[in-house]
Amino acid sequence: MAHGPAKGIGRWLFATNHKDIGTMYLWFSFAMFLLGGFFAMVIRAELFEPGMQIIKPEFFNQMTTMHGLIMVFGAIMPAFVGLANWLIPMQIGAPDMALPRMNNLSFWILPFGFALLASTLFMEGGAPNFGWTFYAPLSTTYAPPTVNFFIFGIHIIGASSIMGSINIVSTILNLRAPGMTLMKMPLFAWTWLITAFLLIAVMPVLAGAVTMMLMDINFGTSFFNAAGGGDPVLFQHVFWFFGHPEVYIIIIPAFGVISAIIPTFSRKPLFGYSSMVYATSAIAILSFVVWAHHMFTVGMPLAGELYFMYATLLIAVPTGVKVFNWISTMFRGAITYETPMLFAIAFVILFTLGGFTGLMLAIAPADIQYHDSYFVVAHFHYVMVAGAVFSMTAAVYYWLPKWCGRMYNEALGKTQFWISFIGFNVTFFPQHFLGLAGMPRRYADYSLQFTDWNMVSSVGAFIYGASQLLFLYNVISTIRSGEKTDDPKVWEGAEGLEWTLPTPAPFHTFSTPPDVK
Amino acid sequence: MATNPVRKTAVWLLFGGIGMFCFALFVLPPLYDVFCEITGLGGKTSGPYTQEQGAQQNGAQQNGTEQRPVDLERVVKVQFVATNNGAMPWEFKPLVQEVKVHPGQAQKVAFYARNATRRDMVAQAIPSVTPISAAKFLHKTECFCFNNQPLKAGESADFPLVFFIDAELPRTVNTITLSYTLFDITKQGTEQKAEQSTGKNTEQDAPPLAAVL
Repeated sequence: MAHGPAKGIGRWLFATNHKDIGTMYLWFSFAMFLLGGFFAMVIRAELFEPGMQIIKPEFFNQMTTMHGLIMVFGAIMPAFVGLANWLIPMQIGAPDMALPRMNNLSFWILPFGFALLASTLFMEGGAPNFGWTFYAPLSTTYAPPTVNFFIFGIHIIGASSIMGSINIVSTILNLRAPGMTLMKMPLFAWTWLITAFLLIAVMPVLAGAVTMMLMDINFGTSFFNAAGGGDPVLFQHVFWFFGHPEVYIIIIPAFGVISAIIPTFSRKPLFGYSSMVYATSAIAILSFVVWAHHMFTVGMPLAGELYFMYATLLIAVPTGVKVFNWISTMFRGAITYETPMLFAIAFVILFTLGGFTGLMLAIAPADIQYHDSYFVVAHFHYVMVAGAVFSMTAAVYYWLPKWCGRMYNEALGKTQFWISFIGFNVTFFPQHFLGLAGMPRRYADYSLQFTDWNMVSSVGAFIYGASQLLFLYNVISTIRSGEKTDDPKVWEGAEGLEWTLPTPAPFHTFSTPPDVK
Repeated sequence: MATNPVRKTAVWLLFGGIGMFCFALFVLPPLYDVFCEITGLGGKTSGPYTQEQGAQQNGAQQNGTEQRPVDLERVVKVQFVATNNGAMPWEFKPLVQEVKVHPGQAQKVAFYARNATRRDMVAQAIPSVTPISAAKFLHKTECFCFNNQPLKAGESADFPLVFFIDAELPRTVNTITLSYTLFDITKQGTEQKAEQSTGKNTEQDAPPLAAVL
């Protein structure tokens, strides 16, 4: 090999190697995950009992806002970008990402974006307090002055995502090994290709939305100000035109991860590969035409409500195809239940549950009851946490031996799975009941009749939070002192180019392209 | 530059991203306005009613000089609501709560406003119609909402409104609620009176893009 990694801090500051950048993305996102998780713990601690105990309502609003923003933009999205950096070149037989220097830039601006965002917590007026959806005029006319930091933070984070996506698409379209046709690519590469296109299409729309806010706040325009001829409802349309594809940006790479893990531990090839590709593409395309189902209560005409309701329900079809394929892959397979497989199966079950509550919310007349209640909170945590976060955890357990040449502690992994699984469901399942009983989201206090389930939910949240520390411990102890392995396949049922490489994966791989049959 | 295939892909994608940014900033808002204008979504009434508009809407049987047909068979109830936005301190209310009109018949009403504060202020009223399907059938020939309304400290005024209901109003609509929300634009109003003066309804003299930007 020509050269190994540079020595010292320079290895990371000037990193152009996809594995190093992937590692930095993963650690950064885990740090953000712990920060956002800490905010969640503050929220659940306050909601343990009715009345105000620990924090002030103003600070509670800052916590819900920062929790949402950090989890979506800081934890889940960079985690999947990190995974893409590590795996896509190894899966398609490329020596590195197509644009390594831009890769470095897209990672290194992220810490600055989040420093800008998190620094608002220590400023006069406090952090943004208008919810992660930052609806105008709450986020313009009535926003704290720190909103400008939030806006520039979003700009930086968005630029990072767009650069990362350009890099991923360029890599997949140009650097595949000879013989690696698109329809031979592992599904993780496919799902990321689709996700990257979604990101390039909608992150600029988010940038546009915050730019309009910036101009309304500082330069006297009236995009969202009715007094000057604008319309606050326009904000919701622009935001959700970004926001709905965004939720698929978060979940589609998870589909790719699950489609890699389930065949490995079922010891069967993935059922319906091409239908998986088409279903994912269909979901991505549909995500652009359903945005207003987030705003059924805004005062839409009947025709609009009907259209957005039916279009949304239609998404259940390709999603159903995917769930069907995963189950068919497991059907009559020689299944073993290692930790990644446990997380993957939990993903399929809990994601489907979250999908069903999504269908309930998609029904316009029913949504008027559920809107902005804890039912919505339960729904999106089932798809975001049990969907995206569980799949990330599964991915780390699955590929970690490949990355560092050491096996994780299986008993500890399974323990972490069960604590996570139980903790997660104890946290979020009761929130369905709370929402149906009428508890609204984003309030620091609640009526007495909601006390019991809130207590249960808070206890579950602390259990789930603790399980993440166990995960951190397991990963660190694996890297430092896990049992060594040099089996290229690691898992006997694993298929794909990354498993033909030596374990641990060397600093440079596929400097000469592999032969793909 | 375009010889390197990676660079070619990346440049294409970059332009795609920039294009989407421009789309969000320069196309979506005017598009939304036009969409609302055509469909009447959001319950906004259109600008000052002109004869040409009437001629377009009512087709060939009516020329510009002729009086509108008044449908004496039908009676439509029009209710008025006045709301202050945010911390707007003015007293603001309709002088009559509701009127009954025949479609086509012009009706004059007034809203009372009083600036009880000790400073001169400027207000802008923003209309909204319920049901939203009736919005494009409510025509105003004169409205205080077409201009911003300055009132000196302690001053009061009756704001006039002249409107008629289009004879084409769907049969299912018997009651229309016309609501005005009064915004305090003292800060903006003094700075840019000319641009702000007609609020939403500038499409006669300016295209929607310019109206928003």
